Amino acid sequence: MEEILLGRWQFGITTVYHFLFVPLTLGLSVLLAIMETMYVQTGNELYKKMTKFWGKLFLVNFAMGVATGIVQEFQFGMNWAEYSRFMGDIFGAPLALEALTAFFLESTFLGLWIFGWDKLSKKMHMTCMWIVAFSSNLSAFWILSANSFMQSPVGYSLQNGRAEMVDFPALITNPYLWGQFPHTVLGGLVTAGVFVAAISAYYLLKQRHLEIFRSSVKIGLACMFISTFLVMGTGHLQAQYLGKHQPMKMASMESLWETASPAPFAIIAVTDEVNKRNTSEVGIPGALSLLIYDKMEGEVKGLNELQAAAEAKYGPGNYMPPVSQSFWSFRIMVLAGLWMAILSAWSLLLLYKNKLETNTTVLTLLLWSLPMPYIANSTGWILTEGGRQPWIVVGLQKLNAAISTNLTSLDIWISLIGFTVLYGVLAIASIYLVRKFVLAGPVEHQPSLSGVAKKGATLWN
Amino acid sequence: MELTMIWFVLVGVLFTGFFFLEGFDYGVGMLLPFLGKNDVERRIIINSIGPVWDGNEVWMITAGGALFAAFPHVYATMFSGFYLALFIMLMALIVRAVAFEFRSKDESSLWRSTWDWMIFIGSAVPALLWGVAVTNLIQGVPINAKMQYAGTFFDLLSPYTLVGGVAFLLVFLFHGALFLTLKVQGDLIERARGVATKIGLVTAIAFLAMVGLTYTSTDLFNSTLATVALLSAVVVFVLSYILTWARKFGWAFAMSGLAIVFTTTAFFSGLFPRLMVSSLNPAWNLTIYNASSSAYTLNIMTYAALLLVPIVLVYQGYTYWVFRKRVSEKHLEY
Repeated sequence: MEEILLGRWQFGITTVYHFLFVPLTLGLSVLLAIMETMYVQTGNELYKKMTKFWGKLFLVNFAMGVATGIVQEFQFGMNWAEYSRFMGDIFGAPLALEALTAFFLESTFLGLWIFGWDKLSKKMHMTCMWIVAFSSNLSAFWILSANSFMQSPVGYSLQNGRAEMVDFPALITNPYLWGQFPHTVLGGLVTAGVFVAAISAYYLLKQRHLEIFRSSVKIGLACMFISTFLVMGTGHLQAQYLGKHQPMKMASMESLWETASPAPFAIIAVTDEVNKRNTSEVGIPGALSLLIYDKMEGEVKGLNELQAAAEAKYGPGNYMPPVSQSFWSFRIMVLAGLWMAILSAWSLLLLYKNKLETNTTVLTLLLWSLPMPYIANSTGWILTEGGRQPWIVVGLQKLNAAISTNLTSLDIWISLIGFTVLYGVLAIASIYLVRKFVLAGPVEHQPSLSGVAKKGATLWN
Repeated sequence: MELTMIWFVLVGVLFTGFFFLEGFDYGVGMLLPFLGKNDVERRIIINSIGPVWDGNEVWMITAGGALFAAFPHVYATMFSGFYLALFIMLMALIVRAVAFEFRSKDESSLWRSTWDWMIFIGSAVPALLWGVAVTNLIQGVPINAKMQYAGTFFDLLSPYTLVGGVAFLLVFLFHGALFLTLKVQGDLIERARGVATKIGLVTAIAFLAMVGLTYTSTDLFNSTLATVALLSAVVVFVLSYILTWARKFGWAFAMSGLAIVFTTTAFFSGLFPRLMVSSLNPAWNLTIYNASSSAYTLNIMTYAALLLVPIVLVYQGYTYWVFRKRVSEKHLEY
């Protein structure tokens, strides 16, 4: 069963990598649209420069997101063909709708935006970015509606040896989706807020291009502050939903082995997955029940009881997700979120008192917090996807029934290594470019018309 | 019309749109390092497709999504069966997408020429592989009773499918050169035309070889519609070549596009009602009857597609209208 492990590694690597770029696209497209709207409404050239500077960074990021996104659509069929057969009737529809409603809009209007500065009216040009922002977030809705089904199947019936859709409205009103979608979109805004605030802080520290980055830092911090608090709020609601509807995931992210009422919240736990217990833990009594039920009482089911219940329902097997992975990815995500919330509140307070620009400590902290949203986004997905193991579709299909049966491990090794190496090289190239742009600052990019005068290669003449 | 039939047609339409649109921008990508003698020319060539290539590529993404939604067994069998070929294509498409964005963002000539070659590879490889894929679909691949691909990567390569790959690549190259004659200025127009006239003959030979091998290796000619479409493709291609000589570039481009439309139509109508032919046993073919989604899903997707595809055509048409002028050196602001 080496194929399954390799396929999972490939999916994990390509998906986490893809999702390094997606959140920034989701959030920064909105901020760019706001910046350009400010330009159109005030006519102030400063906002145009600002839009162009952040736009340049946006495009590097966007290209990486698009390029790595193609793999995502293809690898369901390539590596998980049995999943595709079993789920295609339900899963294919949102994917096709994503392409039809969102990808076409996004790619077409971004093309207009990039090349249309001189060819479109100011208002039309601005509208293009609003359409890009709308459609990229709409694409998140479709793919998350597909993912939500995997976490919490709704509106289906098992017939003809597969899951068939019987209620499309149920698919897009899935309560799981409406927890996950706002959380993800807000995560994008957090990412964009931190990105803009951190890079602006760099310029304020260096005392360069102060005019542009004084405005930018305000936009970045405001976005960071508002969306971090909202992302925590939606995250809380989502966890409450998990507590009631996906108890196994909840128990694994809390490393709660035995059912407890009221249940404590473990701050730190050393999990022993072999003997199915925690060797030691530090917890707050009753706090988990409080978080889930808004009161200091209420039973939270433990892993061992849930395992027994799952065996009774689905037959023998291990139904526990990787516990310490879930436990720690959840805590790292929450800590990163808290850090960003505190830092943004503190920075805004300083900004309000007109002291931010002189406080090099806070500016430096802002700059060095750039990885935080990326860490939170990645750990969030590791929790979500790891937490549904051993299922690929919770309760309906297990991972080991989902892999393509015609592949050899060599096939998957080749693609796994190929994608990983290529992604590594592209990461270096894109970091090189972003760093270069940031060091250069918001200067108008002039194509070198002198012509490098290097002769093209010739096949004829 | 039955829903499965509608979706067969829609998948065909999406692939036709993809080959027509992405066909020329694969062609332009392949020509880039050869036609662009200096950096300005290369930038002009890239800008000729700059605003539209990504939208064109979405036709492929949508065709893939439509296969998944409407014919999940085809999506599963084809994508897992053509595993290594698709892996190579994905690698090419990734570097291509990134290269368009990255190549002008650094002044170094090594940086730029590296990404220009990536655009070349990223255009040539998918162009070739799509030809190999389409000819494999109709020629038949080893599919067993469980709808599983039972061959290896090398089973996909036969004289017929390789000729098919080369023919697709060359048709796209020709189509791209004609697109350039409409989008560039001055000396470059002549050079693009020069390529088209030289490459056109080779393309015609490869295309005729593909048609001949289609006759010997497949049952496409059993379908009247497919026969008429494929022969019409040959005729309009020759017409396109003559029009290129006569410098009627607009018409020549329209005819090379029409040749692509006819070719795609021919392959799809030759396949009908199959989507993948099994070389092991005709009973194991994947058809619109045994590989489709449920009527409920197809119904919903039909409404969505019939509503949305025309809207997409309108706003993509708008983009081409906005960028209808030839790309000039003076406005290389990118």
